Amino acid sequence: MSLTVDEVKKIAFLARLSIQEENIEQYSQDLSSIFGLVEQMNAENVDDIEPMAHPQDAMQRLRDDVVTEVDQREKLLSNAPLTEDGLFLVPKVLD
Amino acid sequence: MKNRSLTELSAGLKSGEFSSVELTQYFLQRISNYDTDLNAFITVTEEQALSAAKVADEKIAAGSATDLTGIPIAYKDLFCTEGVRTSCASKMLDNFIAPYTATAVEKLTQAGMPMLGKTNMDEFAMGSSNENSFYGAAKNPWDLERVPGGSSGGSAVAVAAKLAPVSLGTDTGGSIRQPASLTGITGIKPTYGRVSRFGMIAYASSLDQGGVFASSAEDCALVLQTMSGFDAKDSTSVERGVPDFSASLNDSLQELKIGLPKEFFDEGLDSNVADVVNEAIEAYKKLGAEIVEISLPNTHLAIPSYYVIAPAEASSNLSRFDGVRYGYRCDEPKDLTDMYMRSRGEGFGSEVKRRIMTGTYALSAGYYDAYYLKAQKIRRLISEDFKQAFENVDVIMGPVAPETAFKIGEKSDDPISMYLSDIYTLSLNLAGLTGMSVPAGFSRENKMPVGLQIIGNYFDEAKILNVAHQYQQVTDWHKKMPSAYAGEK
Repeated sequence: MSLTVDEVKKIAFLARLSIQEENIEQYSQDLSSIFGLVEQMNAENVDDIEPMAHPQDAMQRLRDDVVTEVDQREKLLSNAPLTEDGLFLVPKVLD
Repeated sequence: MKNRSLTELSAGLKSGEFSSVELTQYFLQRISNYDTDLNAFITVTEEQALSAAKVADEKIAAGSATDLTGIPIAYKDLFCTEGVRTSCASKMLDNFIAPYTATAVEKLTQAGMPMLGKTNMDEFAMGSSNENSFYGAAKNPWDLERVPGGSSGGSAVAVAAKLAPVSLGTDTGGSIRQPASLTGITGIKPTYGRVSRFGMIAYASSLDQGGVFASSAEDCALVLQTMSGFDAKDSTSVERGVPDFSASLNDSLQELKIGLPKEFFDEGLDSNVADVVNEAIEAYKKLGAEIVEISLPNTHLAIPSYYVIAPAEASSNLSRFDGVRYGYRCDEPKDLTDMYMRSRGEGFGSEVKRRIMTGTYALSAGYYDAYYLKAQKIRRLISEDFKQAFENVDVIMGPVAPETAFKIGEKSDDPISMYLSDIYTLSLNLAGLTGMSVPAGFSRENKMPVGLQIIGNYFDEAKILNVAHQYQQVTDWHKKMPSAYAGEK
């Protein structure tokens, strides 16, 4: 299996990763060899096998719908790159 | 001081032979002496360590100490530690101050263990060599030109060079067992669900599990005891009692049935490593164990399925790093998309980007069934292999890694060859079982350490710790230290 440069650009965009133009060819080679490895799975017929998502096949636990979080606004905002008046700041989204 | 077991250190503290402040200063001094070369630590928390040691000394004086009170510890830099930088060895989190503490760390802190610092690792735990770190590679204390393994390389180096008596790591595909093997120390990865993942920055959530590096199985048992148990804050933590891991350490191994999977002794295994592992098996025969050849026929599918499941989960987990709430943000973004793309593109290293893209592709529209679902089905097959094997044997043994520590730079340009070095460790994470690496000797060819892997059934940590401890009663491989760091200073 081989992934073209255009496919790599599309994947990078889906993942929201900027990739330097000069590195795209390398990523295309690397991803192609990774999927080459992955495709060894195709030799196996697993149609009747139940997929396994969790080692103990555990169900999600439920808890009472009550507030457990305390207000940590200042503390949590202190890690943000840019804030103003207790809000996260991002580049303008709407004109 | 550094050659004492945790039990001996605890006795020394309680008898007043030395204080926790003195013990902590001793290890801080060793870090200061040696870590410039080894690069095991990303952050040394000297001030916090000494003030925690002072509190520990007060507890000891008041008679309210546990077996771990006053003994310092180091944490892989993906365990969140409130008020202390938690970087995941990534530029993305270079300035991230964790606002809360991981449950495993919290439990050990409550027990009175001062934190020496945060250790080096492969960025976001993606790697098998510790070369993928924003802060540079950690070095193997047995040979500074070689890798210590990964991803928990720094935690392994800290214990191997005795910069810390014990440390925590995490294991998603071998990241505790492989560095333990490559640096000649003891490491345990518990059963999935045994230790809370709350506050461990996630890589692949259905595989990640925290565990311990120490100088012996006996020491691992003590620390694992305290950090284990159900945590309502981790939805995958298992509600199940934790047995006393130390109580069964001295059980006899008479009639123990050890399974040797023939797939772990194939042509890919370095003959020097095979020799060491076979010698260890001989020692177990002398201890009364019975050796049975078994088969785990789907072992060859572990790497292909792991490299779908882990990257898929990683691409989802790492989507939280968006340059908005925490972490790196690029300069002068021209719009929101540009901010996402460049913050992530500049903040993540190349292996992290490779895995995010692998996972994104595997999960993208139209490919889910062919990749992720198929990989989860194969995961079931691999898990069934183990289930069948454990009907006939008590533990499974084999090598940890196909070769000893490789040279820095040797595999860094070739992701596939790096991935293949995890062949004997990945399948256990896919199944969710517990496993250890125990020092078993040195390669005749390059004198580097070799670990023996011991795999246990679900929640059978007490059994594998017992099996490892009995071996450590009749061998002294776990007491060997690299000579450059063996001095008392």
